[in-house]
Amino acid sequence: MRTMFRRRSIIIGAALTAVLFAAPYQARALENKLVIVTSYPPDTTVTVKKAFEAKHPGVKVEMLKKKTTAGIKYLQETSGNNTSDMFWASAPDAFEVLKGDSLLQKYQVKVTGIPEKIGAFPINDPDGYYKGFAASGYGIMWNSRYLKAKKLPVPKKWADLSKPIYHGHVGMSAPSRSGTTHLTVETLLQGEGWEKGWAMWKSIAGNFKTVTERSFGVPDGVNSGQFGLGIVIDFFGLSSKASGFPVDFLYPPVTTLVPANIAIVKNAPHPKAAAAFIEFLLSPAGQEVLLNPKIRRLPVNPVTYAKAPKGFPNPFKDKSIGAAVKFDLQRSKERYNVVNSLFDVMITYRMKDLRAATKAIQTAEAKLNGKSNAAARKLIDEAKALVAKMPIDAAKAGQKDFNKIFKKKRKKATTKVTGRQAEVEQTWDAMVKANYAKAEELANKAASML
Amino acid sequence: MQRGQWGPGAVALSIGLFLFVFLLVPVAQVIYVAFQDPNTGALTLINFIDFFNTSLFQESFVNSLYVAVMSVVLASAFAMPLAYFTTRFNFGGAILIQTLGIVPLIMPPFVGAVAMLLLFGENGSVNLIIDEWFGFTIPFMEGLNGVILVESVHYFPFILINLSAALNNIDRAMEESAQNLGASGMRLFRRIVFPLAMPGYVAGASLVFLKVFDDLATPLLLNINTMLAPQAYLRITSIGIGDPMGYVISVILVAFSLLSLWVSFLALRGKDYATAQKGGGGLMKRDLKAWEKIGCYAVVILILLLVLSPHIGLALLSFGTVWSFSVLPDAFTFAHYESVFSTATQYISNTLLYAGLAATIDVVFATAIAYVVWRTKLVGRQWLDFIAMGAVAIPGVVLGIGYLRTFVEFNVPIVDKPLASWWVIIVIALAIRRLPYALRACVAALQQVSVALEEAAENLGATKRRTVLRIVVPLMSGGIVAGFVTSFATAAVELSATIMLVSAQSDAPLAYGIYEFMQAAAGRGPGAALGIVAVLIVGIATYVSHRIIERKEIERTPEVALSTGA
Repeated sequence: MRTMFRRRSIIIGAALTAVLFAAPYQARALENKLVIVTSYPPDTTVTVKKAFEAKHPGVKVEMLKKKTTAGIKYLQETSGNNTSDMFWASAPDAFEVLKGDSLLQKYQVKVTGIPEKIGAFPINDPDGYYKGFAASGYGIMWNSRYLKAKKLPVPKKWADLSKPIYHGHVGMSAPSRSGTTHLTVETLLQGEGWEKGWAMWKSIAGNFKTVTERSFGVPDGVNSGQFGLGIVIDFFGLSSKASGFPVDFLYPPVTTLVPANIAIVKNAPHPKAAAAFIEFLLSPAGQEVLLNPKIRRLPVNPVTYAKAPKGFPNPFKDKSIGAAVKFDLQRSKERYNVVNSLFDVMITYRMKDLRAATKAIQTAEAKLNGKSNAAARKLIDEAKALVAKMPIDAAKAGQKDFNKIFKKKRKKATTKVTGRQAEVEQTWDAMVKANYAKAEELANKAASML
Repeated sequence: MQRGQWGPGAVALSIGLFLFVFLLVPVAQVIYVAFQDPNTGALTLINFIDFFNTSLFQESFVNSLYVAVMSVVLASAFAMPLAYFTTRFNFGGAILIQTLGIVPLIMPPFVGAVAMLLLFGENGSVNLIIDEWFGFTIPFMEGLNGVILVESVHYFPFILINLSAALNNIDRAMEESAQNLGASGMRLFRRIVFPLAMPGYVAGASLVFLKVFDDLATPLLLNINTMLAPQAYLRITSIGIGDPMGYVISVILVAFSLLSLWVSFLALRGKDYATAQKGGGGLMKRDLKAWEKIGCYAVVILILLLVLSPHIGLALLSFGTVWSFSVLPDAFTFAHYESVFSTATQYISNTLLYAGLAATIDVVFATAIAYVVWRTKLVGRQWLDFIAMGAVAIPGVVLGIGYLRTFVEFNVPIVDKPLASWWVIIVIALAIRRLPYALRACVAALQQVSVALEEAAENLGATKRRTVLRIVVPLMSGGIVAGFVTSFATAAVELSATIMLVSAQSDAPLAYGIYEFMQAAAGRGPGAALGIVAVLIVGIATYVSHRIIERKEIERTPEVALSTGA
């Protein structure tokens, strides 16, 4: 029955194509189908699909929803017999992975008026494999009802989140799980420096209620009130607000804007329709769709902001958004996996230990407040230093040979690297666990002296 | 005797071949990595040494074990009263209770834990109320507590279904004799009824243990990372992390699951649970005294309220507008259902097709495997059981990746598509993943059918084939239907393997649609509405099959049998 249905739809499809060929349309050149692998929710895909199909009535767009990581796996595993035309997702590094596996097709965009950079980040892949169509930046979102009920102030910058008052109220995703979270972590590391940046992350993470597995888990948790504040990408915050949740969003001073991208897959079965899709997405009509309250992404075409609602952030005018840090993509790429692994070992998987140590330090400091006790002060500082201590320094993290241990693929059977990730991580974990325990002990000792 | 082996032999061989192609080969393709030296590609055991040396993995292992054991305990506490009251006493609404008791199994991914968090989370409805009245909160969902609560609510129907089937199959003459000899109440249950129902209980409990031990979705949704399955998943799916630890953990999950199955085999070996007469023969259901009845109803309602709370939360979510840090949603609306029915009907028909086909394949195979294993002397027959059960231990992601890896370059002749992107592969994946459920149910049912009945039929001249079709299968029908329902219900909401295999949106099932919706702030309502639709579909299917069992049972009571047999 199903195959019959299929056959009929093929016949209908053929009939449609015949009609299109008969008509003196420019659409004649396009194929009648387009398959897009995407990580975007239906709110985005359906809206864009409708707009595109209205412009090119002969093309039927199929959106294949996969989580970014699953989408990459899917394209890798099916490349021998590829049926997908495009990959459409946020994280630029996901596209880097596909590019590295030579699974993408170069494309030269015809639309004009798109600048080179947004914030400090180049919009398009310099090698021409993938194109930015929108920008996103990280920030803080919060649930107003939650903050009111718990009497918490609205934070203004990242460092605010490390204050004791927010203990157990903050949520974030892990950089190994979400490419955009990785960029936030890396931005702060580059902005503050390796040691200081990590110390800052750990003191914020000590206040975490949870580290979510999916990046959407953060806005979901804030929306439902499981935790009050979340470190999220802007459109999660903006679209949650637009959906009626009692939440709000702001960009802290140290943030970076990152383009969300689209690319044509190598050996795409429908290359012309794919090209038309990119052109549409970058055209004024396509860019305007991004302003839809359910989507809420920052367009890359500066002209489009004229049509944006009041209060919509405009990075081309407001230079404070995403310009503070000059993001070094090369450095980020070099230590990509090491940063992910460090975050997981020190924070994600040691959440309980880190939280306990942080709580003990915060309690001791609160007790110390207003008194002068040099011995207690010293113990607390020691405890803080123990929590902040890094298993490796920036130089080691950037080392090529060291990074190879964490690299996904041995390209050839003859490639040889020494050391195993599990082995390295176990050494880190042992050190981190001992340090957290010791820090908690010292802080408790300090507290008992006051 | 020699001739009698040919038929079962051929059946066993073809099922074995199917399992080899669609289970062993794809899984081997993936877990091969576990035995590869990450640096040189040579075969090695070094990865396993790393595993046992890593404190994080040791911790995860202990956590997984603890959660699995506690979930079995809690699930038994939910299942036993429901099963016992409804099968042993004249109890109004028994079918309704049985059906409602199975509904928790049908919890679509993502939405269940979301609903539980909204109700029982630290700032969920219950805790908001308690906090306002008494000034404290109860950590229902904190850390491993949350996993145990959600898992036992979700999987306790495995025990309920299998235990109820077993209780119905016990020859009531046994209980009657015990009562005549003066046993009653707890003593009757403890000494006679429960031991006779042991195969059903062990079948259900071992399934709960395995499922919880391997379960991925629940800990992930509750953001618990320090358990084995999430560790495996996180390691396999993260971009850029190339170490083989995820695959090592998968191998360890498989090994441990097989071990626990083997232990449950040992526990039941050497005991005979078959009774020659089936349920309808002896004493009919007993009556309860008025106060006993009130007590029983109170227990039943309390349990049902608790185990149905995810669905209650889901229903509220599907009708609610905005639900944020409050006891109930701000307002109610039908808009979410409208958007579901205008965009998502294809998901529903796909799900019915896939889950229906998969469950049919499952019960046919499960009945055949059960018969081959327990009634024939074929060499290596136990392996068929072991391999089929092994599927329970294969994480869906692993199976999905394995299928892509194995079948992407195999073009199906007539449809001219790679097998990996043809919708039938989803059905096969579902059938393989749910086969263990059907198999446990069928094995338990077969164990309770006395061989004497088959021997009698063969003595009267029936062929092997005829004996199986006319005697064994009808006597197993309760277990077979239980197996079908379990497979269908769980296949209808499975996501982890299908998410890798869906290659066109028009082929996508319900769970995939829910997943899609739940990834956006505005999609929570429609996602919940789609979840409710899924629950209703499976709930109705379950109710209908219960009615079928009931009717079968009435047909089997002596009077009816006589009148139709005359």
